[in-house]
Amino acid sequence: MTKKALSREKPILMEELDTGFKFEVTEEPGGENIKRCFACGTCTVVCPVFSVNDQYNPRKIIRMILFGLKEEVLKSNFIWLCSGCYSCYELCPRDVKITRLMAAVRNIAVREGHIPKPMELIVGLIEKFGRILEVSEFENIVRSKKGMPELDLTIPELRKVLKRTRIHDVIKSSDIDE
Amino acid sequence: MNKSEYALFLGCTVSVKGLNYELSARKVADRIGIKFVDIPEFSCCGFPLGGIHHSSAVTIAARNLALAEAQGLNIIALCSACTGHMTEVEKLFANGANAKDLKRINASLKDLGYQYNGGVKVRHFARVLYEEIGVNKLRKLITDPLTGLKIAPHYGCHYIKPSEIFDGFDDPIHPQSLDKLIEITGATPVQYRDKLQCCGGGILAIDEETPVKMVKQKLDHIKEANVDAMILVCPFCNIMYDEFQPTVESTFDVEYSIPVLYYPQLLGLAMGLDPKKDLAVKQNQVKVTPLLEKIEGLRGGK
Repeated sequence: MTKKALSREKPILMEELDTGFKFEVTEEPGGENIKRCFACGTCTVVCPVFSVNDQYNPRKIIRMILFGLKEEVLKSNFIWLCSGCYSCYELCPRDVKITRLMAAVRNIAVREGHIPKPMELIVGLIEKFGRILEVSEFENIVRSKKGMPELDLTIPELRKVLKRTRIHDVIKSSDIDE
Repeated sequence: MNKSEYALFLGCTVSVKGLNYELSARKVADRIGIKFVDIPEFSCCGFPLGGIHHSSAVTIAARNLALAEAQGLNIIALCSACTGHMTEVEKLFANGANAKDLKRINASLKDLGYQYNGGVKVRHFARVLYEEIGVNKLRKLITDPLTGLKIAPHYGCHYIKPSEIFDGFDDPIHPQSLDKLIEITGATPVQYRDKLQCCGGGILAIDEETPVKMVKQKLDHIKEANVDAMILVCPFCNIMYDEFQPTVESTFDVEYSIPVLYYPQLLGLAMGLDPKKDLAVKQNQVKVTPLLEKIEGLRGGK
């Protein structure tokens, strides 16, 4: 592979690689098939995100994981750029299930303390409202006018559910008050 | 289970931003004879947590499924992401699969009063219209055909993909369900470049610039095809194409003015439902009035 194709400023040093990273990924739900990848590049070619932002390159991300560039992958912004469209998932000739793979890698990143702020906020919103958006009295006024049933403004039980799934074992803080 | 009775799952985005979608879906369902049961305890579907904490995402979905199961109902969802996520979880536990995982989830929800036994099916509303009601029956309910109208279908992603969880009801590479559903209204489904392009809504919270560029690509292609409107079946796609259309126009100094309708709004127009009262077209960001005027014109200005 040429230096340009890898487009890295520094060389990859064998002793800095975490060769166990790929096994962590295969043990994560969704990451099971990563080692099947033979780097054909179908995923990147059909990716609608890559077509406007080459920071997100699924083929390259998979190579980085298989090489063992653990920290670089988990701390990156690019693993959060998959739009979840399943275009690559449908066409991957090796059934790597890339959309689920990206979710698996994100789960590992979160556990290691690398959660983007907007994702942390989403957790807080679900705990507070039971939804990622707040239903206000206003919505219910409009709904009544239209003859639609009013909605419960919050689903407080979701906080209890997330307590049982121990989400705060992986997300240390939350911006939303208890 | 009563075949024409379903629990209506709204999720987060329809509840807050998709009143026009929900109202039109309720009105056309009523015409068709589909009965919706509202379950106030339904929450977020769990999808937004999939990339954060997998087991929370699955457990939240299982709780929603258990709520429907307790009433002996299958679920109709309006949002494609809700449909995709809850279908995935439904399949995970169908026919006794992954029993150990389900047992663990049930144990964690037991004191909250929930138990899921794997007996619920999740369907997108458009899928039910296409697959269970069928175009032949729907065609008979068309009283005011939209003949002469050119409509671009936007399938989005989670409505048909990953195809392995959708029982082959449509082809993930060459889908036709929405084209056929447009056809029965009397309008013409229009083909355009890169028809399956994703809206980018999934990364809006992380990076606004990227999805806005993706939306531009799509709207450019739809504009090239010279259509009267586009239709879609997901509130997240709707945010990107309807709510963000003015943003894309000002960011790139282009003009689209492409009305974006939810499919039940289009179907409702062809069923003679009232555009404002029944289909809440005033909630659509890009003005629908010129489209309604065109329909009047095509019908000979009655």
